[in-house]
Amino acid sequence: MEPISAILHALPWDQILIQTLNGIVTGMILALVASGLTLIFGIMDVVNFAHGELFMLGAYIGVVVMATSGSFWLALVLSTLVVAIIGAALQITTLRPLLGRDPLTTILATFGISLVLQNYALWQFGPVARKIQEPITGRFSLFYLEYPWYRIVIAVLSGAIIGGFWLFLKYGTYGIWIRATTQDRVMAQAMGIPVPWVHTAVFAIGAGMAAASGVLFGPLVGVNHAMGIDWVLRAFIVVVVGGMGNLGGSIAASIFISLLEAYASIWVDPAQAVIVSFVVLILTLLFRPTGLFVPTPK
Amino acid sequence: MTGADASSTLVEVEDIHTYYGKSHVLHGVSLWVGRGEVVGLLGRNGVGKSTTLKTIMGLVRPSRGRVRFEGGPITGMPAHRLARIGIAYVPEDRRIFRLLTVMENLRTGLDRRGVSEARKHELTDKVFAYFPVLAERRGQPGGTLSGGEQQMLAIARAMMLEPKIILLDEPTEGLMPRMVSQIRDIIEVLHREGVAILLVEQNVPLTLQASQRIYIMEKGSVRHHCAASELRVDDTVIHQYLGV
Amino acid sequence: MSKRSSYIYWTGFCVIVALLIVEPFILPEFWRRFVTEILIWGLLAMSSDILIGYTGMVSFGHSAFFGLGMYGAAAALLSVAPPNLWLAILYGLIGAAAVALFVAYFSTRLRDIYFAITTLIFSQIFYVIIFTWTEVTGGENGLTFSRPALAIPGLFSLPFTTSTLHWFVLAVVTASYLILRRITQSPFGMVLQSIRENEARTRAIGYAVERYKIVAVMLSGLFAGLAGVLYAIQNRFAAPDFVYFLVSGEAVIFNVMGGIGTLVGPIVGAAFYLLLREGFSRFFTEFYLIPVGIIFIAMIIFMPQGLLGFMRRWLNQ
Repeated sequence: MEPISAILHALPWDQILIQTLNGIVTGMILALVASGLTLIFGIMDVVNFAHGELFMLGAYIGVVVMATSGSFWLALVLSTLVVAIIGAALQITTLRPLLGRDPLTTILATFGISLVLQNYALWQFGPVARKIQEPITGRFSLFYLEYPWYRIVIAVLSGAIIGGFWLFLKYGTYGIWIRATTQDRVMAQAMGIPVPWVHTAVFAIGAGMAAASGVLFGPLVGVNHAMGIDWVLRAFIVVVVGGMGNLGGSIAASIFISLLEAYASIWVDPAQAVIVSFVVLILTLLFRPTGLFVPTPK
Repeated sequence: MTGADASSTLVEVEDIHTYYGKSHVLHGVSLWVGRGEVVGLLGRNGVGKSTTLKTIMGLVRPSRGRVRFEGGPITGMPAHRLARIGIAYVPEDRRIFRLLTVMENLRTGLDRRGVSEARKHELTDKVFAYFPVLAERRGQPGGTLSGGEQQMLAIARAMMLEPKIILLDEPTEGLMPRMVSQIRDIIEVLHREGVAILLVEQNVPLTLQASQRIYIMEKGSVRHHCAASELRVDDTVIHQYLGV
Repeated sequence: MSKRSSYIYWTGFCVIVALLIVEPFILPEFWRRFVTEILIWGLLAMSSDILIGYTGMVSFGHSAFFGLGMYGAAAALLSVAPPNLWLAILYGLIGAAAVALFVAYFSTRLRDIYFAITTLIFSQIFYVIIFTWTEVTGGENGLTFSRPALAIPGLFSLPFTTSTLHWFVLAVVTASYLILRRITQSPFGMVLQSIRENEARTRAIGYAVERYKIVAVMLSGLFAGLAGVLYAIQNRFAAPDFVYFLVSGEAVIFNVMGGIGTLVGPIVGAAFYLLLREGFSRFFTEFYLIPVGIIFIAMIIFMPQGLLGFMRRWLNQ
């Protein structure tokens, strides 16, 4: 008994509590980003390297809208819409012509887009990070600690957006179109579903979700041109660990990985905490390559 | 056999050549289907019957030749447009949406512009009357249905498009005799309603019974064309091309 | 190759090599270094082509091979005095080989996209390790060291000048090119290409596909590491930036721009990219990647065979 209670006493419970909350908050944002990514992959086999840049662009548009209007919520809505439109435009101009070609080409094309967008942001906004003011300041008391309300809001909102989207997929006509196209592109076409436009719409939705994540996440860190890169890497890890194309899996994986990273950062430098995600990825690839949160294929 | 009469021709295929990669699969296929007609397309495995249907449906692009619908050219038009102007396709392996429920499968064809809610109810009621088993299973995922039930669903789904012609690819393959006669009944019903059918089949007696005209293909082209009444199951022509 | 095209090819080859030998006498200092850099990046691109163009395995991991070649060389040059060229090469190759082994293991278990993403993440793992392990790797600032002399112990020792370094690099890259060319045209190379065309069929015929893939990755890694060593020697520093996956991305860009599966193509692609970058940076300062990126995307859509493929078709008309 002695050693166990000694260990329990030695654990920094206050830190663990805070990091649990942090992990869940980051996990929800990551889930929102990864959902878009896995959706896009599931329906059109496109690995969207530029997803992190759409996140970054969303954050920057949020900065601009806030600077002119002062309203965070307006920034959130406008940013989502604008980036969704940009996403649709990108898909139509650069990805549609590549339909049916080697999947390598779409990876390269989206990689090219990410380079262009990153440098565009650098050009327009400069290297200095911008700040988005959080809409809800103030903290609440958690035992003897204080935790910012805004972070809880992020988690709730992300969850709401994902939940809303899930409902849309399950019920509306367009939800059926998207699900049918994801399962069998050819028969969906034969049933009169305008598949090229469904692809564009899904890309736009994914882009919008990434942008919303960017705006929500903005107040937590500075907004700068390189912020997308970390996110896209983590999102890829999540998508692989959660199972490519599996929406529920990527949400579970997002929270799982974010929690692990948050706990790891109690003991190591946050920059190194990301190695935890890498380890999870490698283990998944070795033992359960179809995804950790996917039932073993029969 | 008289040739195609422009006003009553629904679908016309003219000298189609199709390649899969380097493989020359269709060597100048020509055929036509009139309004409300049931036309049978017979031939051994691999002669290009399915490819012909896919070419009509715009799922495969011919390198040469033309396809016409109601007199107008449709070669190379994307499948989703063709589905909207009245061509429905029921593929060889059924290919229903396994993760969608039976009702959702039907909705992929029902949810079109210009169809009132009342009409949608009419259509679903009608198809559930023909296929009561689908009504029973309306909330179940398509993948849980048996082979025969999936075939019913595939046909029902196509009917939701209110098509002028249905391209039916081997509907009785792998089905029990009881189901085969159900398929024959539904073809009869569709014919009575004025829906044209281009029926690809291996089942010769069924095809001869259900069709008005027959084409027989071999090695990528049409080798024989006559009225169904002119052929019997044990005809030499049948033996020659189908080796039955 | 037919007799005639073989003759044309070797003539062209000799002409180009001759030009490159003579070039230090003609061009100003800046451009001399520039050409040397093109050669080094060309070597990296060639190594990448072995995987992407010949075996059909898209890899974003070359920055790890390159970076470890660089740091390996740094380790040799910093730990042994006087700095020894051959030791640097040796350490660099060992470093790159170790990483390649690691990546090779995974290459056999993953297909296409999963492999690409995994190699990307591996690059990043190494980046993070190098970036944060400041005591050993110098962290963000990297390591600086002095250039070793071209020396054979006991015989002679010649410090490198820009020109002699250029000739050394030229010799190494040319030799690498000839070796790689020999390999890709050998039965081994044919099997690799067969794997690219149709892996299942190659396996069905009876080839141990896994073994071929492992060798391909090792080969690719070694030459990429060699490029890293050359870069370290030329620039006298090693920095984590070069382990960042962007470098892998650039290698892939060189491949696509030049034409994958041709060995020569990637070098052409590297030259094209670097020239574009140089040109645009005169007008756009640091944001040259915007127009270059757009050109890259346009080339993927309209010129999927790369510059070489385009020229081949143009010449055939």
